[in-house]
Amino acid sequence: MEGAERRARTRKLLTHVVLIIMAFIMLVPFAWMILTAVKTTQESISVDPFYILPASGWHWENFGTVWKSYNFIVLYKNTLLMIFFRVVCACLTATMAGYAFGRLNFPFKKILFALVLIQMMVPGQIFIIPQYLMVSKMGALNTTFGLVFPGLVTAFGTYLLKTGYEGLPKDLEEAAMIDGCNVGQRFLHIMMPLTRSSMISLGIFTAVFAFKDLMWPMIVCTNASTTTLSAGLAKMQGQYGSEYPTMMAAATLAVLPMIIIYVIFQKQFVEGIATSGGKL
Amino acid sequence: MTPTQKSEAKWGLLFVAPTIIGLLVLNLYPIANTIYQSFFKTGDFGKGNIFIGLANYQKVLSSQETWQALWNTVKYALIEVPFGVVIALLLAVLLNKKIGGRSVYRTIFFLPMVCAPAAVAMVWKWLYNTQFGLLNNVLHTKVAWISDPKIAWISIGIIGVWSIIGYNMVLFIGGLQEIPGDYYEAADIDGASGVRQFFSITVPLLSPTTFFIVQTRIIGALTIFDLMFMVMDKTNVALPKVQSIVYLFYQYAFTNGNKGYGATLVVILLLFIMLLTWILQRAEKKIVYHN
Repeated sequence: MEGAERRARTRKLLTHVVLIIMAFIMLVPFAWMILTAVKTTQESISVDPFYILPASGWHWENFGTVWKSYNFIVLYKNTLLMIFFRVVCACLTATMAGYAFGRLNFPFKKILFALVLIQMMVPGQIFIIPQYLMVSKMGALNTTFGLVFPGLVTAFGTYLLKTGYEGLPKDLEEAAMIDGCNVGQRFLHIMMPLTRSSMISLGIFTAVFAFKDLMWPMIVCTNASTTTLSAGLAKMQGQYGSEYPTMMAAATLAVLPMIIIYVIFQKQFVEGIATSGGKL
Repeated sequence: MTPTQKSEAKWGLLFVAPTIIGLLVLNLYPIANTIYQSFFKTGDFGKGNIFIGLANYQKVLSSQETWQALWNTVKYALIEVPFGVVIALLLAVLLNKKIGGRSVYRTIFFLPMVCAPAAVAMVWKWLYNTQFGLLNNVLHTKVAWISDPKIAWISIGIIGVWSIIGYNMVLFIGGLQEIPGDYYEAADIDGASGVRQFFSITVPLLSPTTFFIVQTRIIGALTIFDLMFMVMDKTNVALPKVQSIVYLFYQYAFTNGNKGYGATLVVILLLFIMLLTWILQRAEKKIVYHN
């Protein structure tokens, strides 16, 4: 028995060793990003000696300099507005359509749902040129509306919410129907509140993917004062790519808010992103 | 139709209306319009587009650049998908056991998933820097990670794997939790080793999850853009051996303003992905274990 116990303990130790090595690999880029951000430019390009830690103290003021000189407040604002409107639009339209597809009978239901499936099957790049031309024709380049435009409705969200509504028990609605509630009341007061977890998942999923998107904001918001964090970083790299502490401070500022929110709500995040993906 | 059914139909149509109108304008029309544009040469400055039939297709398909970009994209997928899946599976199996710090590990592995790829790519580009980068200075090497055409595609692939393993891992953990525990208990009683259990219980029962991940990752990898765009400077000599199809699409459609040519590239990508999806769907029946 003692041998088995020892073997189990060795195995556990080995598991931790593997996991710690992997965690280390995952964290090195983040550590290097922050370590570079607080160095002086001289230190960052010194090879002999090569500094892993900053030698002349930690220059946290680099973040303040970058924040001011690249107008991060505007990038944050643009990104936040884009995320906010995309999440609101996605949740609103998807919960309605999801409910209808999941629980109601109406004409052309199959063919209309096929439209949802088609959108999910084709690569998103196929929409971009016409979407850009539409935004441009509306004079909405370099606006928040332009940023939100492709996300006004969501095929994926509709699919996700449809699955959510289908999973709810039938008798709930039937009871309300006997009480004389119409479809709108049933939806608003009984069914919608029950799909809260799917809605949260969709909200997180939409927010994270809007935040990560690079190509669309680069195309519709070419102005440094109207673009998002992702596209703003691309712009900065084009201009100041060899000022490494500056670039790394900018990268840190761009990823930090989402990381903080993620660490606080990590359970919802992992579930929101992964189970949404898993349900496809 | 009874009045109740009629009312239900009305509500149903009302509820799907915003989504359907949106999908028609934002997605269905654009698909048709992109295909339409692929038959035109984009006019310069205010001049109308000129119909040129299949000339764009001829040009795209006879261009060595297109085939190289397609091959680059496939090569990227050949790194990201297998390594991203296998490493994620191993981590998922390890984290599915009762060990301390599980949620800490999971949080760390999943971290890249909430980071903007633009920022991630910038950091890796700096790690890979030949002269001042962390990698070369710690390893005491002088490897041109992202400017040697022979290596650059691997370096980009590594960033892709690093970015995706957390996501794949979480999906695998979800799949693993659906495998009934008594299978393993029975195997334990029979004296099957851990490795044996992994291959005869875990792998077959997890195959629907694995197939799902592989399929979505193949399609995701084939539309890769951000990493190439952020890591590779336009002057980088390795760029032609790394740039993906979507990268090429972006350059033609939005940097050079040749929308017709860009549209053609993306239509070809669409056909390629559809063909692959069809093949994968057929393969699913053979590969995936159904009980």
